[in-house]
Amino acid sequence: MPAPNSIKPGNQVQFTQAERTREYLGDDPDQSRLWAERYLLFVKNLTAVFDGFKAVDIEALGVEHNELRVIIGPNGAGKTTFCDLVSGKTPPTTGQVFFDRDEITGVQEVDIARRGIGRKFQTPTVFDSLTTFENLELSLPGRQGLWSNLRRATTPEEAGQIEALLERVRLIDERDTEASQLSHGQRQWLAISALILTNPKLLLVDEPAAGLTDAETALTAELLLELRADHTLIVIEHDMDFVRQLNSFVTVLNEGKILAEGTLAELQDNPEVIKAYLGR
Amino acid sequence: MALVALLVLLFIGVICVPGLYFAGAISIETVNMLGRYLTFAIVAVGLDLVWGYAGILSLCQAFFFCLGGYAMGMYLAHHGGPEGIVDANGWKMPACLYVVYPGGAGQTEAEWTVPWFWKPFWSLPVTMLLALLIPGLVALVIGFFGFRSRVRGVYFAILTQAITVAAFNFFSMNNMKFCGTNGLTRFDRIAGSFQLSEPYVKLALYVITVLALAAVYWGCHGLIKSRLGRVLVAIRDDENTLRFSGYRPYVYKLFAFVLAGMIAGLAGMLYVPQMGIITPFDMEAGKSIMIVIWVAVGGRGTLAGAVLGALVVNLLYNYFTSQHDFGIFTWKADYWPFVLGGLFIGVVLWIKGGLMGLPGQLMRLIKGSGTGTASKEN
Repeated sequence: MPAPNSIKPGNQVQFTQAERTREYLGDDPDQSRLWAERYLLFVKNLTAVFDGFKAVDIEALGVEHNELRVIIGPNGAGKTTFCDLVSGKTPPTTGQVFFDRDEITGVQEVDIARRGIGRKFQTPTVFDSLTTFENLELSLPGRQGLWSNLRRATTPEEAGQIEALLERVRLIDERDTEASQLSHGQRQWLAISALILTNPKLLLVDEPAAGLTDAETALTAELLLELRADHTLIVIEHDMDFVRQLNSFVTVLNEGKILAEGTLAELQDNPEVIKAYLGR
Repeated sequence: MALVALLVLLFIGVICVPGLYFAGAISIETVNMLGRYLTFAIVAVGLDLVWGYAGILSLCQAFFFCLGGYAMGMYLAHHGGPEGIVDANGWKMPACLYVVYPGGAGQTEAEWTVPWFWKPFWSLPVTMLLALLIPGLVALVIGFFGFRSRVRGVYFAILTQAITVAAFNFFSMNNMKFCGTNGLTRFDRIAGSFQLSEPYVKLALYVITVLALAAVYWGCHGLIKSRLGRVLVAIRDDENTLRFSGYRPYVYKLFAFVLAGMIAGLAGMLYVPQMGIITPFDMEAGKSIMIVIWVAVGGRGTLAGAVLGALVVNLLYNYFTSQHDFGIFTWKADYWPFVLGGLFIGVVLWIKGGLMGLPGQLMRLIKGSGTGTASKEN
């Protein structure tokens, strides 16, 4: 059976969602070994219930190493809640989350972050009173402990690393600008840069293109695709043009459940998806 | 900028004030009063570290101040006035404890003993160490449980205030053998043979306080300019996001809080020999709020502002709580709360960034009026 990612655009093989789920769960009796090797992130029977409302109800979902997975879905489909569950912001009601060979269900968000899951929130969260450079300083890997912050200043190599990244995201001129003075797009990039600098294994990127101009959106897509070489990414997005630019495997969530998965071209012809988007 | 502030502090504190004293322009009482106000400035710097930078509103700094103060007070009481008895173990009971000793029914004076927790404070070095460690330890316990359970903002303020009130009640009880509401007093000598009443001892204590303030200021300045200082600011801005970057904010908050507690302990330790008395009323809930007001008036988030605020508010307090006759109008001490309230509201409403923000604000005002219409549009 082909891996989800091996389906290239133009491949007309259509899977039902039940078939996909079976594929995730696999036929290997030692499933945990399979998940560990094949998927960097794997969730099983994951639900989040708020006051009786099932925000997320995913039977199985796996994201392979070095994959860029796009999650789309109408408002309230549970995309952000899914990120909350994976990053430890919200504990799941039932189910399990596996990451990098370990189960991380119920682990504190700090420890999940330290294991290598980085997150950019829907609204770009930056530290307003700090400059662009200082914001990124905080994201340098291996610098989260008290003593390393107290005893050692940022080294020239670390500063160089930050400046190279600032150059890349066109924020170098704003190096010493207080973050509260940055434009929305610049804040988005600052938040993404902070995430990139942390160098996590898995990046959860929630709406990176929200409020960006077309040119900024194109650069963001380029950046994310570049990251695929060394990282695994989950990108949550509304903007279909942006999703098209990413040209990756897409999961459609609706009412907390996986509605369909496939390439964007496949999904656009999927009557279920069309109904979910237009029928509301 | 910070170096300038430090040099100004040292210049005025170590050269001008003693110079004025030796020239006969100010009395030793004034020097002594300034010394006490400078200890308040030390606490204010500590509070600014946790409140101005890390955004933790603590209402128990006066309690930490008193823990340091009580430690020093016990040392001074040990070496204080001659009243009292020598107990069965050969310990001279301090005069202030003797007066209010909670002897049980049917107990005679001969059965009274100096409590065990008074004994370490016989030695000055041990006292100085404990005056820093005890507030630090108490802050560690409060902070550990508070910050770990993510008690934040106004809830943390309420928690710390409740603890302060509990501590006030604890120290007020005669049975606790901390001399009840009388407090620790009847001091005499410090560090062997130096009489606290001697002007040169008062002057020396004042100079030591200036130097301690300078050291605390410079140390805190170094801290906030380090990477750690930026983490504290990030905690103030958005603690949750920081957690997703792999930080444990509570470790940093705990560090700042314990440090501020120890700084308050240092201040209390310096305050008591200059004041000559420490009572539970020095840790009343209102005292901690006063510290918050000093920092707010001076300018939250600027260490120099904390020093300035503490000094300005206390000097105003000193002026306005005496009676002044202006011919048609007599200023009475009771009017002080109106001045304090007005000052606090005025600074919060009109001066962004407290007294430290005043020069910048005036500059903008002057520039704004220069360009005419531009300022009106804003």
